[in-house]
Amino acid sequence: MARKPLDYEELNENVKKVRYAVRGELYLRASELQKEGKKIIFTNVGNPHALGQKPLTFGRQVVALCQAPFLLDDPHVGLMFPADAIARAKHYLAMAKGGLGAYSDSRGIPGIRKEVADFIHKRDGYPTDPELIYLTDGASKGVMQILNTIIRNERDGILVPVPQYPLYSASISLYGGSLVPYYLEEEANWSLDFVNIRQTVVEARSKGITVRAMVIINPGNPTGQCLSEANIKEVLQFCYHENLVLLADEVYQQNVFQDERPFISARKVMFDMGPPLSRELQLVSFHTVSKGNWGECGQRGGYFEMTNLPPKTVDEIYKVASIALSPNVPGQIFMGVMVNPPKPGDISYPKFAAESKSVHESLRRRARMMTDGFNSCRNVVCNFTEGAMYSFPQIRLPPRAIEAAKRAGKAADVFYCLKLLEATGISTVPGSGFGQKEGVFHLRTTILPAEEDFPAIMSSFKKFNDSFMEQYEGYSRM
Amino acid sequence: MAPAASVAVENLNPKVLKCEYAVRGEIAIHAQRLQQQLQTQPGSLPFDQILFCNIGNPQSLGQQPVTFFREVLALCDHPCLLEKEETKSLFSADAISRAKQILATIPGRATGAYSHSQGIEGLRDAIAAGITSRDGFPANADDIFITDGASPGVHMMMQLLIRNEKDGILCPIPQYPLYSASIALHGGALVPYYLDEKTGWGLEISDLKKQLEDARSKGIDVRALVVINPGNPTGQVLAEDNQYDIVKFCKNEGLVLLADEVYQENIYADNKKFNSFKKIARSMGYGEDDLPLVSFQSVSKGYYGECGKRGGYMEITGFSAPVREQIYKVASVNLCSNITGQILASLVMNPPKVGDESYASYKAEKDAILQSLARRAKALEDAFNKLEGISCNKAEGAMYLFPQIHLPQKAIEAAKAAKKAPDAFYALRLLESTGIVVVSGSGFGQVPGTWHIRCTILPQEDKIPAVITRFKAFHEVFMAEYRD
Repeated sequence: MARKPLDYEELNENVKKVRYAVRGELYLRASELQKEGKKIIFTNVGNPHALGQKPLTFGRQVVALCQAPFLLDDPHVGLMFPADAIARAKHYLAMAKGGLGAYSDSRGIPGIRKEVADFIHKRDGYPTDPELIYLTDGASKGVMQILNTIIRNERDGILVPVPQYPLYSASISLYGGSLVPYYLEEEANWSLDFVNIRQTVVEARSKGITVRAMVIINPGNPTGQCLSEANIKEVLQFCYHENLVLLADEVYQQNVFQDERPFISARKVMFDMGPPLSRELQLVSFHTVSKGNWGECGQRGGYFEMTNLPPKTVDEIYKVASIALSPNVPGQIFMGVMVNPPKPGDISYPKFAAESKSVHESLRRRARMMTDGFNSCRNVVCNFTEGAMYSFPQIRLPPRAIEAAKRAGKAADVFYCLKLLEATGISTVPGSGFGQKEGVFHLRTTILPAEEDFPAIMSSFKKFNDSFMEQYEGYSRM
Repeated sequence: MAPAASVAVENLNPKVLKCEYAVRGEIAIHAQRLQQQLQTQPGSLPFDQILFCNIGNPQSLGQQPVTFFREVLALCDHPCLLEKEETKSLFSADAISRAKQILATIPGRATGAYSHSQGIEGLRDAIAAGITSRDGFPANADDIFITDGASPGVHMMMQLLIRNEKDGILCPIPQYPLYSASIALHGGALVPYYLDEKTGWGLEISDLKKQLEDARSKGIDVRALVVINPGNPTGQVLAEDNQYDIVKFCKNEGLVLLADEVYQENIYADNKKFNSFKKIARSMGYGEDDLPLVSFQSVSKGYYGECGKRGGYMEITGFSAPVREQIYKVASVNLCSNITGQILASLVMNPPKVGDESYASYKAEKDAILQSLARRAKALEDAFNKLEGISCNKAEGAMYLFPQIHLPQKAIEAAKAAKKAPDAFYALRLLESTGIVVVSGSGFGQVPGTWHIRCTILPQEDKIPAVITRFKAFHEVFMAEYRD
């Protein structure tokens, strides 16, 4: 019987190699249990609204008005919507020829790209060109597009932090490239060790890998660390000397929960360093509406900003973007509102500021609560969540647990997380999904469950963990 | 030492360099420049506006969205509205109840949350119900993957199917260049089969077989057959018999059938009807396990024309569980498609019904748009056929006309001298004289030595006479210049 094209054996190998644990085994098991009626707390993905965070009102008002422009003609509209939301909806409708229902420019609506450029200029103090800002259906599509442009074959390597958000490893697999891992130092607050990184590059090159790009995730995912200015400088100098393009994933730039290291963009540091580096180093920066205080994951709104890419390369990137025709227009409008939010003096400002502050301060409190909660367990060490939305505690697992995992055919942290899920309904992602040093185990959870549920969640975790340790380590009886 | 630029054209992914997409290619880019010129230097060109007839983007040319759909979407975007008294006077009652029903299927009523990677289950149920009602054969929510437009679904299937340059995909010529671009991007081989212009762009199974065997003899492993029905750019609607033959062909040759059905609601020929390939396969007695079939649908076309929302789905049937897991896995890397698009896909497949409060106005909007599209298709077809050297097949469906332009030898030589394909040369001259933007036939593929342009039927009806006049004037001048 002849092989059929869509027999499993006949599939593209690169597809089969892809791993994306965030919606992998643990999530699928959690979904099964949910269907059976178990209460599940999904902390596997940075999805704030799914855990009760409310959308910021202004954005929703503006998009609803753009969605149904007949509302703007109605005499009652002023009773339902504040004047500045009405004005802003008209502002975006004027920019979007054909409204929300037309394909826009493949790079995104020019007026919104200008708003993004203004935001970047204001944030960094350096102007940027809206023509080099492309809006995308979520930052992930932009990351995938850039990686696909760079990777020619399996000898092209991309430096990726470990632990990393597995979009990077999955995309590199999909496009047939090589992931060149550089380890973040857990004991030094997940910092970068350039001695180690240089060594890694030397080793990769000796194996015939051409290292093309370096990814940094700042603030980090899953690790949450915020890079210092000195660290970013080192990264830039390293990329410049090693002839790498820097891919700066900055989607969590609005989620910073300590004051020592506020967010600084790679672009700002680059321009502060001045020429020749600032004129030559190739940089692509990514941002999104899915995180920050907005958490509008479902809208699929993002952008990438290109610096120092040759015009012909930009043309090729445009060409590929044009095949997808255009990013979704509502997502573009959310991006506009995010980078150009209500200002002091605007009617909606007080509400917007209060809502944003409330989300941010609650996240900050939850970051602390979760870190402390994990650290109160004797076999758990957890770095503080300086930024982003995750906690990535290290769990010391006793040898008998590791053996039991092996017998069950599972990695030790997968085994632990499955048991945690079944006992408590807490759905996490095992550290192996992000990468970690050999023999060291973690899980990633989010700080997103509702604040009032936190004490119960942390005590539920502790109860499970202590009984797991009791089971597999026991008390030594003299 | 200044290092050589790390990412320059010389060292980009060659598949990226190879792929092309004429719909937003050279001519469209030039048109955008001319549009800017009109803004900065009004009066500097022989026309006062650019008319984009290069892309199936109805609402950018004045087509209005379906009111009921927008009502529901606005309420889902801002559910707080459902708690306000004034909402009842601003929105129809059935839009309000539909929004409530949709929100109830979304966990936590959170339209801003990532959903299930295949799309929200309740919405997939609605889509499956719509498919079942359309075809008379059952559809399953688990078989549906909602995507950001139909295009990402096509890319996913190409990614799955193409392992190397020896994997081939049979594509109609002319074709919508998403297919050629996607095949190039994924490093595969496009195996062309030619639609027959003389028989209204008919699909001959004998030609299909010939191309397949040719490819195999060259060592190409042909994996799938793409059929676009109704066709783009050609507009033909396949006859049922043709469809039976195509299904049998795929079954016998072990090919995956990729059925692009995004224009299923754009049919203008009275004697033609849309039949989904799923319906055809099932009515032939082919069940779930007999034929791997992927059917693509979109919210961008039809009478709804919601291109900017990026909504669509693929329905996959006849695949083993391990393969479905791989498809799911690839979908999960992007987490999910945009929620607005998902909701819209469920509305398109499950619109207001007889008896619903909004039915009358919905039906009136739908009929007006479809009837106007049919009139515009006819008006432009007739106009093209009256011009010297132009022959234009009827647009039975979709949104385009694809007239053949018999270019005189002098024009062909002038094109060569300008280093352009003759139809691109013609299209560029058309743009520069009239502001009308079309896509040259070489962007879609055509029988060598024949030249075409693709022009949409989308300018508003009251603009059509002016478009025809301008086009006629340009063509007469062009032919006067280049006539043999």
